[in-house]
Amino acid sequence: MEPEQPSPDTEQESLHEEAHLPPPTLWPIGFAIGIVLILVGLIINPELISSIGAVVAIVFGFLWFRDATAELRGEPVVVDPERRDLVQAGAGRTAPPADRQGVAPVNVPETTVTRSRFLEGATLGLGGLIGGLITIPVAGFAILPGFLGQKEHKVDLGPVSTFPLGKWFIATFVTDPVEGEVSRRTAFIRNNGVVTDPSTNQPTPSFTIISNRCAHLGCPVQANGPQGSLIGKSLKEHTANGPLELIPAIPAGYGCPCHGGQYDTEGNRTAGPPVRALDRYSFEINHGRLVLLSTYSVAKVVGTGAQAQIYKYKQYGPGQHVDGPEAWFYPLSPPMHG
Amino acid sequence: MTTYKRKPTKAEVRRERLEEVVLYPLDWLEERSGLIGGIRYFLFRNVPSDINWMQTLGSAALTAFLVQAITGVILAMYYTPSAATDPHTGQPVAWESIDNITNHLTMGWLVRGMHKWGASVFIILMFLHMGRVFLFGAYKYPRELNWIVGVLILVMGLMEGFTGYLLPWDQTAYWASVVGINLNGTAPFLGPWLAQFLRSGQEISGETLTRFYSLHMLLIPGAIIGLITLHLYLVIRLGVTSPPWSKEAAGIEPSENGSGPLRPGLTRPVPRGAAAQADGGSK
Repeated sequence: MEPEQPSPDTEQESLHEEAHLPPPTLWPIGFAIGIVLILVGLIINPELISSIGAVVAIVFGFLWFRDATAELRGEPVVVDPERRDLVQAGAGRTAPPADRQGVAPVNVPETTVTRSRFLEGATLGLGGLIGGLITIPVAGFAILPGFLGQKEHKVDLGPVSTFPLGKWFIATFVTDPVEGEVSRRTAFIRNNGVVTDPSTNQPTPSFTIISNRCAHLGCPVQANGPQGSLIGKSLKEHTANGPLELIPAIPAGYGCPCHGGQYDTEGNRTAGPPVRALDRYSFEINHGRLVLLSTYSVAKVVGTGAQAQIYKYKQYGPGQHVDGPEAWFYPLSPPMHG
Repeated sequence: MTTYKRKPTKAEVRRERLEEVVLYPLDWLEERSGLIGGIRYFLFRNVPSDINWMQTLGSAALTAFLVQAITGVILAMYYTPSAATDPHTGQPVAWESIDNITNHLTMGWLVRGMHKWGASVFIILMFLHMGRVFLFGAYKYPRELNWIVGVLILVMGLMEGFTGYLLPWDQTAYWASVVGINLNGTAPFLGPWLAQFLRSGQEISGETLTRFYSLHMLLIPGAIIGLITLHLYLVIRLGVTSPPWSKEAAGIEPSENGSGPLRPGLTRPVPRGAAAQADGGSK
């Protein structure tokens, strides 16, 4: 058989001319062995084995470099002839015409799944399956921790007797000592005295505890009126959540610095953009100490102090309506502990 | 290879050899990847001759994004996204690392300043670019999809601004994020869920900071890079529009057979007028 056959395809020929295939060579392998010898020698015997390795690497590296730059230096390039049997290599066969490429032979019934169809389906199906198996846990991990297992924080504010009857205090406290300063919150607290619980007929202490989170977009509302050293001494206590300061205040209401929302002393909105009254803390009396629990949302408050009628709702985010037709926009609220 | 009528001088021969040495690796790369040709096509493709300086606003915005990406990578080497309190100073660790970058590290003030002010530059350039595209009518067929991709890049850019604002972890950062997240929370139906996802809980915490950091430096920039790639692909495929006052573009007629050029992958002929528009860039 002739090793050289004239190709009928001129395009094929020009391609062959373009390609600069370097001849197969063993030099890189020798070079690699030299490098390995250097590295192994560094551990075992740097003087002897590494020196041998260096010599091997330099010699083979030079031979490889000489081979690779042969064409650039203008030396004749030796190309090995095709050694496979020509029939095996595909000589004499022609490609199917362009419009028949990738099309199943005619004698295959249309209902039969061809090999390529099967592979297409398998690739897409398996790829989708693997993608789904990875995406589901990853997406769950990205989203769910913010919704599940939300902790309720209890904040000890000291003995009930600390709070004189009818006086307001501004309390700032850390709700989660592990989380630290970022969990610091402020509440306005007033002791309303002891009232009779209508459900149990037992005397129970009554407190008004208003959260300072504005019901517009959550900025910190401030007490409008004299506060701090102007009117009395701050009370300092040590509680389970760290140091606690109670600042006396005589608020005429509350105002938000961000967008001008105004509230009266019970937390009812009097002006500005807030959509409801200020949130309140629920509380419990534990061994004579006032303990703050979660917050809840309030639509409005009628009356004041112990006699106040509070329109209570579960905790909603700032800016979300709890009553009226606008509340229809927030039918499902994520799990919250206030 | 240059053909000489006379015998080449030694300097000419040396020059030729040098050229060959320089071109050899480029040819090597081109032969195996076609990258050189691709880059040449991208950089030196034809555009309308009456093109306008306003049409550089897009690449200006791209440059601004690259500045953000590079300065951001460097800042990430020194920034610590931790809301924990440093026991020695009583300050939050994240805020301290920003303070360190700005006031103590060599040239930290400069790189942080580039990142901070560059953020506004990026947004402003995107809006100017958008205005140019709108006023030139360059959003019309067949470039509608590229307008949509551009809007997505703009949204992603604004999200970068929002998530980046929390990272200094000072009072401004904290309260701006409180307001911004609660603003999202007031959206009907899914708003409260979106807000809680952004906060990773019902209150802003250290987890919010790390979440915003991850979104700011990994997820959103990745999305922007992907979208910019698509945006540029469409610019190259569809060509650049002539300005609306272009006489050149107004004179272009569709091809002789009347149906306009058929593009590969299109199942119906391009409408007559639109073909001129679509072809305007490549002529």
